[in-house]
Amino acid sequence: MYDFAYQKPASIADAAKLLADPEAKALAGGMTLIPVLKQRLNKPATVVDLSKLGLAGITVSGGMVAIGAMTTHVTVARSAEVKKAIPALASLAANIGDRAVRYRGTIGGSLANNDPTADYPAAVLALGATIKTNRRSIDADSYFQGMFATALEPGEIITAVEFPVPEKAAYVKFPNPASRYAMVGVFVAKGPKGVRVAVTGAGQNGVHRHTAFEQALTKSWSAAALDGIATPSAGLNSDIHGSAEYRAHLVGVMAKRAVAAAG
Amino acid sequence: MPQVSLTVNGKPASAEVEARTLLVELLREKLGLTGTHVGCDTSQCGACVVHVDGMAVKSCTMLAVQADGAKVTTIEGLAAADGTLHPMQEMFREHHALQCGFCTPGMVMTAIDLVATHPDGLTEEQIRHGLEGNLCRCTGYHNIVKAIAAAWPLMHGKGMPAAAE
Repeated sequence: MYDFAYQKPASIADAAKLLADPEAKALAGGMTLIPVLKQRLNKPATVVDLSKLGLAGITVSGGMVAIGAMTTHVTVARSAEVKKAIPALASLAANIGDRAVRYRGTIGGSLANNDPTADYPAAVLALGATIKTNRRSIDADSYFQGMFATALEPGEIITAVEFPVPEKAAYVKFPNPASRYAMVGVFVAKGPKGVRVAVTGAGQNGVHRHTAFEQALTKSWSAAALDGIATPSAGLNSDIHGSAEYRAHLVGVMAKRAVAAAG
Repeated sequence: MPQVSLTVNGKPASAEVEARTLLVELLREKLGLTGTHVGCDTSQCGACVVHVDGMAVKSCTMLAVQADGAKVTTIEGLAAADGTLHPMQEMFREHHALQCGFCTPGMVMTAIDLVATHPDGLTEEQIRHGLEGNLCRCTGYHNIVKAIAAAWPLMHGKGMPAAAE
């Protein structure tokens, strides 16, 4: 690992100032950043630790689940409030990475990184969540901008994510047997924002909505409603783990399982 | 260089580190606690798992500076002062839950966390799923699973489990 300067600011304003420098990187749980630094794939001059900004915590009120950006996966997974309001979200968090990763990894870190195989982006997009930052609110549809790309600007820090409580939701993924990352993960939701289906792991541009499935499920919320709706393989990943055609097939299978699980 | 102060196995420790120093490097190289192993160095194998403020984490994927002020427990901190093994260590011994032993420190630290967070019971499936982040290249999982199941009643005060086969 190349060396860097380490900063642990005590206010969001100070953190934003430090992160305005393009040579600075934000450190949330570090479950991606630290491995990346170890492989010398990134060489930040400064690493800005966000752990002292008071951004962890969960509040549920008025049909909204608000999760602070530095809330760890294990906290979301074990939260009685999240389990009651959006069980699909608690169960998604309970199956990210492995136990040790879930103790450190955070929702804000996952969303800022926007790994094309990450789980949380699917929940945010399907539930129509709002990303709150130190500057503004960003709706899910305009937040994700391709593989590892988001609407975040330099110095902009995610502070929380607000999820409207859905009527029904479920997330089912096909984990890569070795890495456990989602080869395909599908989050389905029926809620205040309508029926929404988000697919992670499969697309070359990261998480995306599946409008054909959304239309079919809006007419009839059942796994059978997805019968015969082909998922085009164009734009899907093809690698040693599976072809684009295989992933397209998995999208349909995972979506049906998710609809069945959502009930 | 940053100074870190933490509690390791109940004792205060402090050291001067580089910002890039990993927690596992602090433990092994500065504090001489070589029971914690580095297996893959890519955050996958779990040989480096230690407890930080009660949570089982990969010490190769945490900066030493992030552990400033934390309470860290390593494999060296489990046995009692008189050498009596922790029930998990005792069950690993009883069930021969190791072959080469390289993954064992991380397995034991993860296993303790797994048992502690399941006070209502722990199924074999939950144990196997719970070990997702710990790799044993001898493929000795079977006895590791048995040892963890046997340690559960001991850690939750339910008496001795059946003897090993």
